[in-house]
Amino acid sequence: MRGRLRASELSLEEKFRALHWPFVLLVPMLAMIGYAVLYSAAGGSHEPWAWRHAVRFTAGFFVMLVIALVDIRFWFRWAYVIFAGTLVLLVAVDIAGSFSKGAQRWLNLGFFQLQPSELAKVTLVMALARFLHAARLEDIARPLFLLVPLAMIGLPAALVLLQPDLGTAVMLIAVGGGMLFLGGVRWWKFALAGGLVAAALPVLWANLRDYQRQRVLTFLDPERDPLGAGYHIIQSKIALGSGGMFGRGFLNGTQSQLDFLPEKQTDFAFTLLAEESGFVGAALVLTLYFVIVFLAFLVGMRAQSHFGRLLALGVGLNFSLYVIINVAMIAGLIPVVGVPLPLISYGGTAMMTTLLGFGLLLSVDVHRQMRIPRYPSEL
Amino acid sequence: MYEETDRHRMFTRRALILGAGQLGLFGVLLGRLWQLQVSDSEKYASLAEDNRVNTKLIVPARGRILDRLGRPLARNVPAYRVRVVRERTPDLRATLEALAELVPVSPRRLEEVEKQARELRAFVPVPIRDDLSWEEVARIAVRAPELPGILLDQALLRDYPHGPILAHVLGYVGPVNERELEAERDPLLALPEFRIGKKGIEKRYDKRLRGRAGLSKVEVNALGREIRELDRDEGDPGEDLRISLDLDLQRFCFDRLAREKAAAATVIDVHTGAVLASVSIPSFDPRPFTNGLTAAAWRKLSHDPLFPLVDKSIRGQYPPGSTFKMMTALAALEKGVIDPSHEVFCSGVFTLGDARFHCWKTGGHGRLALVQAIAQSCDIYFYDVALRVGVDAIAAMARRFGLGDRLGIDLPGERPGLIPTRAWKRERLGQPWQKGETVVTGIGQGFVLTTPLQLAVMTARLCNGLRMIRPWYVRPADAEPAEWPRIELPEDGLRAVLRGMYEVVNGARGTARRAKLPIPGITLAGKTGTSQVKRITRAERARGDHKRKDKPWRERDHALFVCYAPFEAPRYAVAVVVEHGGSGSKAAAPPARDIMTRTLEINPAGADLLAARDLPRKG
Repeated sequence: MRGRLRASELSLEEKFRALHWPFVLLVPMLAMIGYAVLYSAAGGSHEPWAWRHAVRFTAGFFVMLVIALVDIRFWFRWAYVIFAGTLVLLVAVDIAGSFSKGAQRWLNLGFFQLQPSELAKVTLVMALARFLHAARLEDIARPLFLLVPLAMIGLPAALVLLQPDLGTAVMLIAVGGGMLFLGGVRWWKFALAGGLVAAALPVLWANLRDYQRQRVLTFLDPERDPLGAGYHIIQSKIALGSGGMFGRGFLNGTQSQLDFLPEKQTDFAFTLLAEESGFVGAALVLTLYFVIVFLAFLVGMRAQSHFGRLLALGVGLNFSLYVIINVAMIAGLIPVVGVPLPLISYGGTAMMTTLLGFGLLLSVDVHRQMRIPRYPSEL
Repeated sequence: MYEETDRHRMFTRRALILGAGQLGLFGVLLGRLWQLQVSDSEKYASLAEDNRVNTKLIVPARGRILDRLGRPLARNVPAYRVRVVRERTPDLRATLEALAELVPVSPRRLEEVEKQARELRAFVPVPIRDDLSWEEVARIAVRAPELPGILLDQALLRDYPHGPILAHVLGYVGPVNERELEAERDPLLALPEFRIGKKGIEKRYDKRLRGRAGLSKVEVNALGREIRELDRDEGDPGEDLRISLDLDLQRFCFDRLAREKAAAATVIDVHTGAVLASVSIPSFDPRPFTNGLTAAAWRKLSHDPLFPLVDKSIRGQYPPGSTFKMMTALAALEKGVIDPSHEVFCSGVFTLGDARFHCWKTGGHGRLALVQAIAQSCDIYFYDVALRVGVDAIAAMARRFGLGDRLGIDLPGERPGLIPTRAWKRERLGQPWQKGETVVTGIGQGFVLTTPLQLAVMTARLCNGLRMIRPWYVRPADAEPAEWPRIELPEDGLRAVLRGMYEVVNGARGTARRAKLPIPGITLAGKTGTSQVKRITRAERARGDHKRKDKPWRERDHALFVCYAPFEAPRYAVAVVVEHGGSGSKAAAPPARDIMTRTLEINPAGADLLAARDLPRKG
């Protein structure tokens, strides 16, 4: 802990004991399910995904615990700086992308490929939580006052859209919108924003990349191109449906094992799970996810600081959006947008983001009794 | 802290709303999963099965074609094939070049293979050559370790061991073309290795030879790679087809006529209609057709002025010349306008109005009756008889003997020939019939066209007791002698005509005395024909040009000979046409005699050739 900060009122041991243990134990359960799914996706092999998934999770899990034990005021104080750092990384990625002339989403850090857009989901929540923590209700009521948080949402969303990564941009806007909603922005302003978005849709459509348009069109009618873009949705639905009530058995999903299912280790991991374990397994995993979201909600409800409440609910919302968008996508309810299933899908940054968020969430809970002044200068 | 309390209350309210929203969405997802996985499960399960299982057709072995004794005429031989699998070789180019050093592969073919291999999925074998000799296979097999990705295997290839000898009858198989693909629903046709009958017996009996496709159910992955076989049904091989030809006789006929530029011969059993041999010269090698002929080879064959691809025995239409005289005579005898003793004086020239018609014999034959008119093939006699009976009666008689229409032989592409009538000329040419045309029709010239097969059938019907046999290669249900309908004719007239044919060969003045059989006790009867292909002008006749030996080949007369034997108990009929061979007696009768001799030696019908002597030896 930094010397500049006042010592925490809690000792490390007290903090450790104050950890939300049910939550802490629930998280590895999902990661273990992810291990089994990735083991099956590789046709019954620890290589190449499952083993690495486990290593990453273990590392991320300890990072989560460390973050949980860091004083909540530290995160409050540094929220803007961290957010600004994320924006810098996003710009860097866009510049790198303009050189490589294609979709560029990550920075190669040598040992790790960092995807700043994933990071932005957490840091945006932190920044917005800090901003709203300081804002009075009267402030929130002033339209001009809202320009700042709108810019905080719009900036990363625009940078991500440039990559181009529609799915993450939508998630950033949804999470940011959720935060503003929790912060007390009036209903009619959301309605107005919704109306503006609807009006902007034709413009957006005109600026979409070709493959993004294909995805939307294909979603609207998957049979349009059964061997091309619609293939993913059709095969995913077939896999889900053929799983039935109890599934085709571990390693026995023909859709997954015979490679009809695309991206089964990443975006369509839930499909593999649902094919092999059936509706029962899929519903169980979905319930586990909801329990995590619900625990995040409870953490938010019992936190004493507005920052803590907003942070907990923001992290929870972010997590549930991952799950909802991913499952809705593989079930053919929304277009294929490329959002992974947290803790189960293979992929380093998404897991890191999730665990970072959970770390913050746990920190909020550990420090739930702590009151935070409106401004860091009062700390 | 009112403010703080207000904010907390607002936050709690909104957190609950947001939480409820998330719960609702999770509920929606659960509902959707229920719908897909439980309500509609069956539909998707069957779709998954469709995905997983690939049904593959197995090409059945094509039926063989056998001669009358079961000797194979068309068969399947194992062909050794070499293929390359891209994913199994580290360097496709190097592997192909290494292979090309072992066995000849053209550089162009190598390029094609490389291109194909790069376009197809990495695990799909691409054929390089499928006609390897055993020695080449051995050479590749020995070096196999240095040739990663090279596969050797066996496929069945259609083979015609006797090559050109049977090319016209058997036809050949080849790759399925667009039109054939559209005409039929049999899924076999879509398989690249399937071969369909293109000509001849192969085409006519394609369905019987083809067999029933087998099925292999294979589990495949999304790329189409086969994981394992789930189920296999071998299908049924095609039927072996026995045809009426005698291989030895066929080969003899082919060799005997091979020295001619263009000729055709047909041998049939006069009682059953079985075709025992049928050759058409020149011929071609059917073997290269199996894998599709190269464009250059095809152009060469199809542009050849001697038409090697055309089966002249059923598609060649020739004026029958004097072989037609029996029809003229029988028409007149039946109508009663002459009787066998009817005599005509031949001065060598026949005048009709201001037109002059010549006999082949410059000085004329003098006075002769029917038997001698046939024996010596006097043209003047038949000019006279034709005018007496009229062209329509001659045409009707010719048709009863199988001329002027398709005989319905079981080979594709048979031509009808042409027997003119007054009505025909009016319809087709819009002109009235001329008397002079009746005159030339009487000796089988003018419009009259017949195929060698028709001439053989005509001869058979003359000698077999007037049974209207029809020719066949594959025994039809009704090919028994008693079941053929009969041509009703006056007995004595027919006897005189046959006597005339006997005299042609055996008489002192017969036109084909050189055609006597070398077999003691068996006699041949026949009729020569020399049909003009070019009108002889008055000037040419005056100069004697029409009798010169050095006429250009294309302007020489066609030589024909029809015959049957034994005269007393007829069993076989032979028709020979030698295109531009000159005279029938010199060019067509000798090979016909040899063919008949060989036929009698082989005696495919197993008849007692010396026994029956019901027919009187003297007319």
